[in-house]
Amino acid sequence: MEMFSALRPQDLWFLAEAAGKTLWISTLAISSGTLLGILFGWVLSVSGRLGSMTLGAVLDVFRSIPLIIQLVLFYNLFPIIGIPLDPFTAGTIVLSIYTLSLVSNVVRSGIESVSQDLRRASRSLGMSYWQDMRHIVWPVGLRAVFPAWVGVALSVLKDSALVSVLGYVELLRASQILITRTQEPLIIMAIVGLFYFFLSYPIARAASMVEKRWQQ
Amino acid sequence: MIEIKNLHKQFGNLEVLKGIDLTVNRGEVLSIIGASGSGKSTLLYCINGLESIQAGDITIDDIRVHDPKTDLNKLRQKLGMVFQQWNSFPHLTALENVALAPRIVKGKSKTEATEKAIEQLRHVGLESKINSYPSALSGGQQQRLAIARALAMEPEVMLFDEATSALDPELVGEVLDTMRMLASEGMTMICVTHEMSFARDVSDRVAYFHQGIMEEIGPPEQLFNNPQSAHTRNFLSKVR
Ligand SMILES: Nc1ncnc2c1ncn2[C@@H]1O[C@H](COP(=O)(O)OP(=O)(O)O)[C@@H](O)[C@H]1O
Ligand SMILES: [Mg+2]
Repeated sequence: MEMFSALRPQDLWFLAEAAGKTLWISTLAISSGTLLGILFGWVLSVSGRLGSMTLGAVLDVFRSIPLIIQLVLFYNLFPIIGIPLDPFTAGTIVLSIYTLSLVSNVVRSGIESVSQDLRRASRSLGMSYWQDMRHIVWPVGLRAVFPAWVGVALSVLKDSALVSVLGYVELLRASQILITRTQEPLIIMAIVGLFYFFLSYPIARAASMVEKRWQQ
Repeated sequence: MIEIKNLHKQFGNLEVLKGIDLTVNRGEVLSIIGASGSGKSTLLYCINGLESIQAGDITIDDIRVHDPKTDLNKLRQKLGMVFQQWNSFPHLTALENVALAPRIVKGKSKTEATEKAIEQLRHVGLESKINSYPSALSGGQQQRLAIARALAMEPEVMLFDEATSALDPELVGEVLDTMRMLASEGMTMICVTHEMSFARDVSDRVAYFHQGIMEEIGPPEQLFNNPQSAHTRNFLSKVR
């Protein structure tokens, strides 16, 4: 019996499916991490020195520990306290928290990029705190930090490959399986690279189109 | 209509306003002059409740500004404010800059807010810039936009905080003209200004602020031609 076999057409399908999983876990992590990141970023911006230092320190932990270590720790710690997690759930949670920790800082600097003077101007017109937030701070701050947020989203998309260490068969893991079977690392890596490109490029394009529209 | 009694304002240990008493009547134009740091801007911020106060009282048509029960968002609709930095909303066109607050604060319909905004933009001579973004406007145009934006809320009083200080000299005139126009229409105005000719020609009264104290107040002829206080004389001799 032969150990290795050549690349077959259905392998491409296998990779495409794995790309879908990469996209799915990234989308989940980016959207939940962004929503929570907006909340935490706002909390950072309104809490005093002590509060934002405490919360900032907690978030720094998630930003500074390599993602791969967080994944392995999280995945292996939960069974110990009696809650077994599947790789997908563990991966989604860790990626989301990681995204949150990055996005909250982006959001905080977005809010702080809106000058106190501008906010006084809107308040002087009778806008409430939340009207000012919604109609002035949000759109003005968003434009300031949107590129940074896109950078976070793209890096989470790529970093989601690390969930493969838990055995979740996303794009990178799928390619390793195929490489082991076919012994064709170059071709497969080239294909996988293309897949990542086609996942990221539309996001980057869409982002730059949005920025263009704002730039009038 | 504005009554300020024994107003004290501190930032930490720094006492910025040291007991101000001042009444401004409806239709009156009051100019405030004085050296930088004498507390002029802070006074305006206290009047519309953007800054808290430590002692004293400010009432506007018998509503106490710093009473915790006062709805400041509602009160501020009576008080338009124009800042040194014009603070246009950068993401909105001139029209949207003006129409936003009437729509979301006063609950006007979009059509009504738009019509009103166009009217105000015409009033300050910006009818050709309706769809321009602030980045395409000169400083003087942005400041007139800020005036139109404040007027669209139909305020009863306008507060101007050095509205022309950040402008290039050749743009000062158009903004002062707009302010003159408002004064001639009977608007109640408090203008912090370094433009002595404006203060002299347009105001009913001029107040001189010195280190947190209202050193002197009176009709422009008196304050400029016959100042009572040595501090006022000293200040005027420097700016003239
Ligand atoms: N938010 C603030 N915090 C601390 N000090 C302030 C603040 N705003 C103004 N000051 C101080 O209050 C004094 C008066 O300021 P201001 O009212 O801006 O003066 P003016 O408008 O007459 O130049 C200045 O010494 C200024 O440094
Ligand atoms: Mg000032």
